[in-house]
Amino acid sequence: MSKTTYPSENALAKQSSFFTFIKEKSVAFFIDVANVVDYLKRIVRNLFTNSFEFQEFLKQSYQCGNKSVGLISITGIIVGLVLTIQSRPPLVEFGAVGMLPGMVAISIIREMGPVITALICAGKIGSSMGAELGSMRVTEQIDAMEVSNTNPINFLIIPRLLAVTFMIPLLTLYADAIGIFGSWLGVNIKDDVSLKLFMTQAFDNVEFIDIIPAVIKSFFFGAVIGLVGCYKGFNAGRGTESVGIAANSAVVTSSLLLIIVDLIAVQITDLL
Amino acid sequence: MKKEVNDKVVIDIKDLRKSFGDQKVLDGITLQLHKEENLVVLGKSGSGKSVLIKCIVNLLKHDAGSIKVGKHELTDIKEDDLIEVRKKIGFLFQSAALYDSMTVRENLAFALSRLSKEFSKEETDQKIMEALENVGLPDSIDKMPSELSGGMKKRIGLARTLVVNPKIILFDEPTTGLDPVTSREISDLINETKAKFRNSSIIITHDIDCVKTVADRIAMIKEGKIYKQGSLEEFLNDEDPYIKSFFK
Ligand SMILES: Nc1ncnc2c1ncn2[C@@H]1O[C@H](COP(=O)(O)OP(=O)(O)O)[C@@H](O)[C@H]1O
Ligand SMILES: [Mg+2]
Repeated sequence: MSKTTYPSENALAKQSSFFTFIKEKSVAFFIDVANVVDYLKRIVRNLFTNSFEFQEFLKQSYQCGNKSVGLISITGIIVGLVLTIQSRPPLVEFGAVGMLPGMVAISIIREMGPVITALICAGKIGSSMGAELGSMRVTEQIDAMEVSNTNPINFLIIPRLLAVTFMIPLLTLYADAIGIFGSWLGVNIKDDVSLKLFMTQAFDNVEFIDIIPAVIKSFFFGAVIGLVGCYKGFNAGRGTESVGIAANSAVVTSSLLLIIVDLIAVQITDLL
Repeated sequence: MKKEVNDKVVIDIKDLRKSFGDQKVLDGITLQLHKEENLVVLGKSGSGKSVLIKCIVNLLKHDAGSIKVGKHELTDIKEDDLIEVRKKIGFLFQSAALYDSMTVRENLAFALSRLSKEFSKEETDQKIMEALENVGLPDSIDKMPSELSGGMKKRIGLARTLVVNPKIILFDEPTTGLDPVTSREISDLINETKAKFRNSSIIITHDIDCVKTVADRIAMIKEGKIYKQGSLEEFLNDEDPYIKSFFK
């Protein structure tokens, strides 16, 4: 054979390596999907057949709130404040400043509160679940638990998952309250409104139908953070670098999923 | 020094195979652990020693072959039987694997509460104290694992393994990464444990001083198979360069 490679041969080689690439990627993808399905099945099975680790649930709930409440307070106040300051000029133009509290309250309760709380918790709680469980995996603590006849799904994952699922709605309501308080501060930069009057104005427009879907949505946000954080940590690879990877991909994946769940939730509430 | 070998087999492994993807790690291991024996497993790092003992406690599921622990066959073992097997076997992990969110006391109490019958608070405390005294660290009882040195972690790991009084102990590189003095102490501790509780052990190590201290019998793994097994003397006198390279 001559040394020159014919263009067609070259193209063929390129094409076949492209197809192997696609094949390998899609095989890897389906293995991932199978793993996730298996993981969800194991969680569901353990949720209903094993005794519940109540102590762990309380501990995780406490940590969940404790870790994120500071950050949520600061962010909540600022979001309320900023939203108010920015919405004011257009309302002044239409002579509708009186609507400012109600408008801000609705946008906080419906969207800002749940989404900001969830994103902060994805960063704070999701990453720490990924790192914590990842390092337990790497340093064989999960194996040690298993040989001590303790089911790690039951002891590690379910309490964390339920803790974050119940804490996110609570934290969301707290963020809503703080955000609305921030909005009152914002109003008081230009006007002088008593907190009582502000609250009456704010909640005049808020109806039950605004709060309920938001709370339901935040349960789902919590479940997404818990499921992703635990999955990434629990299935961390075998070397110390896997801990960082688990923490990082817990945040990235859960943030992305949160936005998608939010999109779906908005579509559903819109139909109601 | 002649060491007696009891004929009673407590772990019986036949033609054990385990692969990860295309990588054949164990390729037909046949090995027995006798009652009240310290069996040392030697092999290069990455030769599958940890995989072997993880198969024995079913942390990894073997692909083919059989493992019998006492009367239980591990292939397709039922959940309840597996619990029985795990109650019998203690496992000292290479990294000690102390739960780092718990104190030393809680680490031991965890193992005790999950592997034994219910004990009263006093009994639990007494057992924990006894186990810590056995490893010479009674003062560490309220420390967190992060406050302990590597050698102390290994010892607490050993205390956590011993507190439930297992009949069989699997040691994964108990002395690796420790200074010579601490290594020596751990090796002595393995012997003392055996003298006191008359248990059977598999000890994975490439620390030749440890081998010389604890081994009743040695098995060497190479390329997924048992390359040679025999007494320490047989290994020391072997002319095979591969074996010699371990004992130089
Ligand atoms: N859970 C696992 N997944 C994939 N490969 C593994 C796993 N456990 C071990 N291996 C591979 O098996 C081989 C043997 O590992 P191991 O038993 O840990 O070696 P050692 O003899 O040093 O203890 C290594 O190549 C390792 O990469
Ligand atoms: Mg190993």
